[in-house]
Amino acid sequence: MSALLEVKNITKIFPKVRANDGVNLTVEEGEIHAILGENGAGKSTLMNIIYGLYKPDSGELKLSGETLNLSGPHEAIEKGIGMVHQHFMLIPVLTVAENIVLGAEPGGIPYNKKKANELIREISKNYHLEIDPDAKVKDLSVGLQQRVEILKAFYRHAKLLILDEPTAMLTPQETEELFGIMRRLKEQGISIIFISHKLDEVKEISDKVTVMRRGKTVGTLNTKDTNEQELANLMVGREVVLRVEKSEYKPGDVVLSVKDLTVLDEQNIEKVKNVSFEIRSGEIFGLAGIDGNGQTELIEALMGLRQIKSGIIKYQNSDIEKLPTRERYKLGISYIPQDRQQEGLIMKFSVADNLILKEYKDIRYSKNGVIQYKKVFENASKKVEEYDIRPTDYTLLAGNLSGGNQQKIILAREVGSNPKLLIAVQPTRGMDVGAIEYIHKKLLELRDGGSAILLVSLELEEIMSLSDRIGVIHNGVIMDILDGKSATREKIGLLMAGSQIDAKEVEV
Amino acid sequence: MKEILLNPQLWSATLAMATPLALPALGGTFSERSGVVNIAMEGIMLIAAFFAVLFAHLTGSAWLGLLGAVIVGMIVAVIFAWAAVTLTADQVILGMAINIFASGFTAYLLNTIFGFSGTPTDTPMLPNIDIPIIKNIPFVGQILSGNSVIVYLMIILIFASDYFLFHTNLGLRIRAVGENPEAAETAGINVIKLRYLGVALSGLFSAIGGAYLSIGLLNSFSTDMSSGRGYIALAAMIFGKWTPFGSFGAALLFGFATALSMQLQNSALSKNIIMMLPYILTVLALVGVGGKSVSPAADGVPYTPKK
Repeated sequence: MSALLEVKNITKIFPKVRANDGVNLTVEEGEIHAILGENGAGKSTLMNIIYGLYKPDSGELKLSGETLNLSGPHEAIEKGIGMVHQHFMLIPVLTVAENIVLGAEPGGIPYNKKKANELIREISKNYHLEIDPDAKVKDLSVGLQQRVEILKAFYRHAKLLILDEPTAMLTPQETEELFGIMRRLKEQGISIIFISHKLDEVKEISDKVTVMRRGKTVGTLNTKDTNEQELANLMVGREVVLRVEKSEYKPGDVVLSVKDLTVLDEQNIEKVKNVSFEIRSGEIFGLAGIDGNGQTELIEALMGLRQIKSGIIKYQNSDIEKLPTRERYKLGISYIPQDRQQEGLIMKFSVADNLILKEYKDIRYSKNGVIQYKKVFENASKKVEEYDIRPTDYTLLAGNLSGGNQQKIILAREVGSNPKLLIAVQPTRGMDVGAIEYIHKKLLELRDGGSAILLVSLELEEIMSLSDRIGVIHNGVIMDILDGKSATREKIGLLMAGSQIDAKEVEV
Repeated sequence: MKEILLNPQLWSATLAMATPLALPALGGTFSERSGVVNIAMEGIMLIAAFFAVLFAHLTGSAWLGLLGAVIVGMIVAVIFAWAAVTLTADQVILGMAINIFASGFTAYLLNTIFGFSGTPTDTPMLPNIDIPIIKNIPFVGQILSGNSVIVYLMIILIFASDYFLFHTNLGLRIRAVGENPEAAETAGINVIKLRYLGVALSGLFSAIGGAYLSIGLLNSFSTDMSSGRGYIALAAMIFGKWTPFGSFGAALLFGFATALSMQLQNSALSKNIIMMLPYILTVLALVGVGGKSVSPAADGVPYTPKK
């Protein structure tokens, strides 16, 4: 084997951060090379440099021994570098064929649909990637959309394929399918860079793994000679606890009871259909499901952010479905929203102000409608210390803090008020291993203190390691509620994909 | 009422009134398909209307008047594109500013250059065209033949635009840029260039529409003579779901309302009520009566390339 891509001493500096600091990477022909690192470790910056979206400040890129000086993605594409971005670069209203050929259409002035479709059929046959060229991208599943992205790269004769967190949006079954595709491509001599922060996936699919930390490459290992613990330690830079330590499950009284809840979306389509479940104190109830299967609508209904069509929401034995959000907060319900920057915080407010967003009217913080800043700052300095929010200057704007510390502000506000019910939506989304460890610990502390927690997450690992019971939602219906201890990945995966019958068979 | 509807004048007036709406609506389709909301078309029409008269008067040729109007219109459009695309300014506020500027600018030029008597009465007009054979067909001939040359130009442009936008590679790229500029850029497409093209085309079409008002229908310029047609054109474009044929259909509908109000001037029905019709239709179009219009996904969102 010989080196296809060589990255030598690449440095890229953005205002304030050294995103890449002397990065080295060698990718051989026909290998799957994983790049492992926490968020903000510089993986995406490196990929954007290889793909020509960013210009490095110093260092050298070589492809098949030839030095690359890329002025933009079009040149990287020309040289045979293809990239599938984490957020697909697709245009939903256009067809599969139009998306694939865009920018490199066959023929002259008119769009040659016949020729385009023909070319795509040929490539999909060559690489065993079945697709209908005339389908609209918006009608395809996430897995198929990803396939369109991969085809886009091969239409442009890619020799090197960069997959940026390709499994983030997939079900376990779709992930297996993708891995199958990757193995076949490898046999055909394609090199693949696989970016991930999921240790198990890296271990399963890659030949080699390069670990990045704080803009630096800290080492390249043969996957078969390493283990998840070693990789995690390298990634974080210290010993990490991978297994969540959970105390015994001791459920108490029912805190939240949802019965026959139906919720509509903006287009008046039923997004939550006759959903019923209960959550008890001292329990974490995990809600698993693929994004967009009604989780958002369900949570918004529970929080009073969205009207319900029918059904009952009971909280500690009283109906709350008509109460406004503020009243629900006052009853002891807390909420960690999915999008911390849009819904959880006001980015242009200080950390201290963000910490009292829910309680500013409380007599603790305001007198006759005037905010008592002395009290606000007292609260802030206490919370900043308790929740290890960095930097500790609480007069900084929330927008100036890192994602992990922003989430800690929300955590301090929502968990710090000692809720009887906490609704946490993807509380660790986009966080690194260290921060995830911390947030999981806090959630478990809350559970052990007798609170009820509804945990919504797209990460199956998270749901499985934290939940006492797991509800799986598909297309607005709770397919089944499983016991947290005995539930398997495969079974949840099948339920997530909506196949109840198959799931039953797995059980047998 | 029956005799009004059977009067060919009503229908030729519909066509005449639809033209200055359909042209900017076509232009807007290009601009918005590329992702730029161009409400400056109103102002561009007005400026073009003035310069059409000015150049026609100075050169003695209506055709050179049209050419001058188109050049000035496209210059204004490119300035708009520079601020909106390159400097990523707020497109709506920018458009509004250009419209207000255009109103004052043309009024000032009118007074300074032509004085209080207004534009000269000997300003040449663009010709009307008779179509052989068709002109001899009763009723239909009176509607389809003998219209201003711009009316026929518009019809050609509609077909050409539809072909360009939906059947060529460049059209595909323009639509891609308006839907997801990031995706287009990663496919190696120059987003900025195509947005300039979209806006420039909207300037071109609006300018033809403006020239039609001043040297096609008339041979004079008066202050604020575009009277909101650039805005109605935006509504026609939305009503027409951002397609050339749809825009034309909507423009015909709005043109019909205007033509009807002119025909009804002497009837018992108040002219003012009919005059309100196009505007009521506009409101209905905007709130989604006649099928929900879905705009290009990145319409109005400035794009900053990575570096």
